[in-house]
Amino acid sequence: MSKAVIAALLERFPDAVTDAYQGVGGDDCAFVKKERIVEVCRHLRQVEGFDLAPYITAVDYLGIEPRFEVVYNLLSIPRSARVRLRVKVPEGDDCAVPSVTGVWRGADWFERYCFDMYGIRFTGHPDLRRLFMYDEFVGHPLRKDYPLRGRQPLVPERQVDENLRGPGPAGRD
Amino acid sequence: MVSELDVVPAITTRREEALTGLQGLVSKGLGWARKYSIFQYPFVTACCGMEYMTVSAARYDLDRFGAMLPRFSPRQADMLMVVGTVNCKQAPILRRIYEQIAEPKWVVAFGVCASSGGFYDNYATVQGIDRIVPVDVYIPGCPPRPEQVIEGIMLLQRKIQDQAHRLVEPRPLPPPGAQPG
Amino acid sequence: MTAPVHDPPAPPAQGNDAPLPAKRMVVNLGPSHPAMHGVTRAVVELEGETIREMKLDIGFLHRGFEKSCEQVTWGQCFPYTDRLNYVSSIMNNVGFALAVEKLCRLEVPERARYLRVVSSELHRICDHLTLVGAMAMELGAGTVFFFAIEGRDLIWDRLTELCGARLTSNYARIGGVSRDLPDGWAEKTLRTLDRVVELREEIHALLTRNRIFLDRTRGTGRVSRQDALELGFTGPCLRASGDPYDVRKAFPYLVYDRLDFDIPVGSHGDNFDRYLMRMEEMRQSDRIVRQCLEQMQPGEIIVQDFRYALPPKPLVYGTIEGVMAHFKLVMEGIKVPAGEAYSYTEAANGELGFYLVSDGGGRPYKLGLRAPGWPMLAALPFMTKDALLADLIPTFDSINMIGGEVEQ
Repeated sequence: MSKAVIAALLERFPDAVTDAYQGVGGDDCAFVKKERIVEVCRHLRQVEGFDLAPYITAVDYLGIEPRFEVVYNLLSIPRSARVRLRVKVPEGDDCAVPSVTGVWRGADWFERYCFDMYGIRFTGHPDLRRLFMYDEFVGHPLRKDYPLRGRQPLVPERQVDENLRGPGPAGRD
Repeated sequence: MVSELDVVPAITTRREEALTGLQGLVSKGLGWARKYSIFQYPFVTACCGMEYMTVSAARYDLDRFGAMLPRFSPRQADMLMVVGTVNCKQAPILRRIYEQIAEPKWVVAFGVCASSGGFYDNYATVQGIDRIVPVDVYIPGCPPRPEQVIEGIMLLQRKIQDQAHRLVEPRPLPPPGAQPG
Repeated sequence: MTAPVHDPPAPPAQGNDAPLPAKRMVVNLGPSHPAMHGVTRAVVELEGETIREMKLDIGFLHRGFEKSCEQVTWGQCFPYTDRLNYVSSIMNNVGFALAVEKLCRLEVPERARYLRVVSSELHRICDHLTLVGAMAMELGAGTVFFFAIEGRDLIWDRLTELCGARLTSNYARIGGVSRDLPDGWAEKTLRTLDRVVELREEIHALLTRNRIFLDRTRGTGRVSRQDALELGFTGPCLRASGDPYDVRKAFPYLVYDRLDFDIPVGSHGDNFDRYLMRMEEMRQSDRIVRQCLEQMQPGEIIVQDFRYALPPKPLVYGTIEGVMAHFKLVMEGIKVPAGEAYSYTEAANGELGFYLVSDGGGRPYKLGLRAPGWPMLAALPFMTKDALLADLIPTFDSINMIGGEVEQ
C-alpha cells in the first residue's frame, strides 16, 4: 500500500522526489528536495489521503554535507499506509525549509521544535520561536557540537559542596 | 532564613545559646504547634508528582501528620515541597515562589532530581535545588516510595521541633532580593 | 512574555441597556500548576469570562531526554524512556524496545510478547485511572480521586512484584523482558482486577450521570473529526471525535492480533466523550489482561542471542563466552546495525512513535520521540477559543497532557 504511494509520488514529481528505498522493517521512504516539500505534502494530503498531521523531526549528521535532515513520518489512516520523507538541509544561510503548516496545522509545534533544537528555520511558519528552551538561551542544544552539560543558568547559583556530586554549572565538564 | 540557623536544642551547655526557662518552653510549644500543622506548597513538576498524589491519598495518608492540606498560594504556605525535576527555565520561578513564602519556612527536596539533579546531568537540568534555595530535608528516590516520603516528613518534624522558635525574631530578616546563602 | 491588550470597539449607546465597555484582561496560569499535570504556562486573554486568545509556553520540564540518550548505550536508555509518560511507563519501554528490535531485526519470544502486553495493559489502566481521578478532583469530586488512586495503588502492588518498581518500571529489555512472573502472580492479579472493577463501577456511579459533571464536560472542548486529524490527534482523543483509529487494530504488534477486544469510538468529541473513552478502555484492557493470562504458555522471556541479551548468571560465572558477552554488552552496548527506523505503538494517550537512527555503534545516534500528548496540547488554544475560562480546566484534564512526554 505504501509502496503504491511512493510509486505515485515518483511518477507525479519526478524531479522533486528521488531515491525511493525500502528501509528496515518495510518502511517506505523517499528523499524530497526541500524547495518542493510543500507541494508534495499538499498532494499527499489532498489526493492520497494523508490527513493526519505528520511527525516531523530533524537529524544532525555532523561531518556529512548537507548537515541536517528533516524527516517527515506520514500516516494515512483510511489506507493504512505509512511513508517517510527525508529532506536534506545544508548548514549556514540556506538552513531553511518551507513550512508545511499551510497543509496541516498540527505541524506547527514540530517545526518549532526543529528550530529550537537544531536551528533549522521554516519559512512561512506563523510563529517561529523557541519551544522548549528559554529566550536567553544561546545555541541549539541537540546539535552534535553542543556540549551535553552546556548549562546556561538563569538564576545565580549558590555554592554547594560538590565532593559527592558531578560537575556544576556551565564551563566545567 | 530559619532553615539556615544552626539547629539549637532547647537545652545546651553554652549559656548564651540556651533557651531555658520560659523561652525554652515557648520554643518547645511553638515547635510542637508548627510541626503538626505544616501547610505545604506542592511545587510538583514531574514523575515524583505521582508518588506525591499517592502519599496524599487514602492509603499512605499524610493527613495524619497534619501535613496534608496543600495551599496553592505561597503566601498561605510554610513548607515548599519541590517534587520532581527543576530545570533551568523553571529555576527563576522556584526562586520567586521561595521568596514569596513568609517566615518560618522549610524546604523539602522530594526525589533525586530535586536533591541532586538525578540522572539528568545535561544542559537543561539544575543539579539539585539547593543550588537555588536552601533545603532542609532531602528525600532521595526515583521516585521515593511513600514510606520514604513519610520518613522524610517525620525527619522534618523532628527538625522543626528542635529549632529555636522565638515569639519575636531578634535577627533582622535580609532585605528582599538579597543574594542567597 | 506579554499578550497585547485590545480595546473592543465602542458599542452603540442604547441607554441603560448598553453593554458595559470592558478591556481585555490577561491572566497567567502556571507554570507552577495546582493540578498534577506537569508544568505548563498558559497566558489567557479574557474578555469577561470568555477566552479570546490563549498562548501556551512550555519547556519548564525539558530534561534533555534525547541528548542524554545519545550519550548512553541502547540498554541504558530504558530508564530515560520510563520517565517520559511516567504514569504508564512500561508502554514507553515496550515502544522503545520494539523500535530497536525493528532495527536489529530481532524476533522476540512468544512469552515475552505476552508479558509485554499484560504489563502494558495494566499500566494503561493506571493511566486512565489517574486521568479520571485528576479530572474529577479538579471539577470538585474529591472522593473519586481517592478511589482512583486506591485502584492505581493496587495495580502498582502487582507491578512491584513483577518489575521491582511502582512507577518507573524499567521492565522491557531489548529482545524481551527482564523478569518472569512470580509464583501465584496470575491469581493475585485476577483478584486485583476484580477489586479495580469494583472501584471503577463506583467511579462510574458517581460521575457518569452526575449533573455537575455533565454540565461541565458535555459540549466543552469540542473538536470535530476533520480538525482532530489535521491537528494530529491520535488515541482516545481522536476516537472521541469519531475516527476509529487504533494502532493495535490497524497495525497489530506483539500479540494483539490474537486477542479479542473492542475499540470504543465517540461521536461528539467533547470532554465528556473523552472521559467515556477512558472508562470504556479500562474495561477493554481488563479483558485483554485476562485473556493473556489464560493464553500465555511457559517459555523464554528474552531472546537467546548473547549479542543482544545478557547471558544468564551461571554462564557468566562459568564460561568464557558468557563473561565476554556480558562485558561487551555492559561496556560497549548492543551493536545495532546502521540505519533508521520508525516504530509506533498505542500508548495510553495515542500513537507513541520512536524514530531511531543508528550509526552501527553501541549508542543511539538519534532518538526521536513522537509524544502522543503533544498535538493535543498544541491544539489547546484552538479547543478553548471563545470558551469560558471554567471550560479550560476540564479540557486541559481530558487531553491527558503528561509533562514528561510532551517536554521530553
